[in-house]
Amino acid sequence: MSAPELTRPLPRTRKRVTPALRWWWIFQRVSGVVLVALIFTHLFYNLVLGDGVSQIDFGFVAGKWAAPLWQWWDFTMLILAMLHGMNGMGYLINDYARSKRSRGVLHLLLGAATAVIIVLGTLVIFTFDPCPTGANPQDLNVPLCQELGKL
Amino acid sequence: MPSSPTLYRGHEGMWMWIVHRATGVAVFFFLLVHVLDTALVRISPAAYNQVIGSYKTPLFGLVEAGLVAAIVLHAFNGLRIIAVDQWTWALRHQKLLVWIVWGIFVVLMAGFLPRHLGHVFGGA
Repeated sequence: MSAPELTRPLPRTRKRVTPALRWWWIFQRVSGVVLVALIFTHLFYNLVLGDGVSQIDFGFVAGKWAAPLWQWWDFTMLILAMLHGMNGMGYLINDYARSKRSRGVLHLLLGAATAVIIVLGTLVIFTFDPCPTGANPQDLNVPLCQELGKL
Repeated sequence: MPSSPTLYRGHEGMWMWIVHRATGVAVFFFLLVHVLDTALVRISPAAYNQVIGSYKTPLFGLVEAGLVAAIVLHAFNGLRIIAVDQWTWALRHQKLLVWIVWGIFVVLMAGFLPRHLGHVFGGA
């Protein structure tokens, strides 16, 4: 089975590159480079160093978010990854959605999901309580809570 | 190989285009789930520990390994795309760059998998 041959360049599509499209094109690349650094550090710290995935529990998260550096690290990752993912999924919707209607619905769902995850994630990072009252100390980061005077 | 161009540019670049889309979609949906599971820290420490405990089972351990693989491929192929857009040298050697991406992938996974699977299946 041979593919149809292309004897001369296809005519230019009528799609215009708007300033918004150009901005997103640049954002996708810049955020991609930054995300490589942020996510590889995230994976290395959480899955390779220490006891890897076995170490991850509430106390581990509490220990990390006690440092503003990790809070801002995770916040930046959240924002950049969600926008990068939203834009990427948007390209797929434009390529594969058959009708104008389905395209509109899918873009709306994508935008809503992105907004919800960004708001939820941001609240979780910055309203986190490392030592909630009434919690079983077994589930907590005991040294941290003692240091904070909550245990 | 026929020398005349076809609609399907084919070869390494086309396969990486598919790999990039597939891994991108996988990572996006995981990201949604990952923010939701992390949000359990605001419900209760016990709830978070219970759900994250399931991430340490062999089945999820393998899914995580696949996820890390998807991220590594997407990351380095993404850097390749930027390079190909940016530099003529990279454009000329985009196929070589595909194999470099796979080379980096193999090296990183060879470093990650024994350690991760050691944690998941006990022992290490």
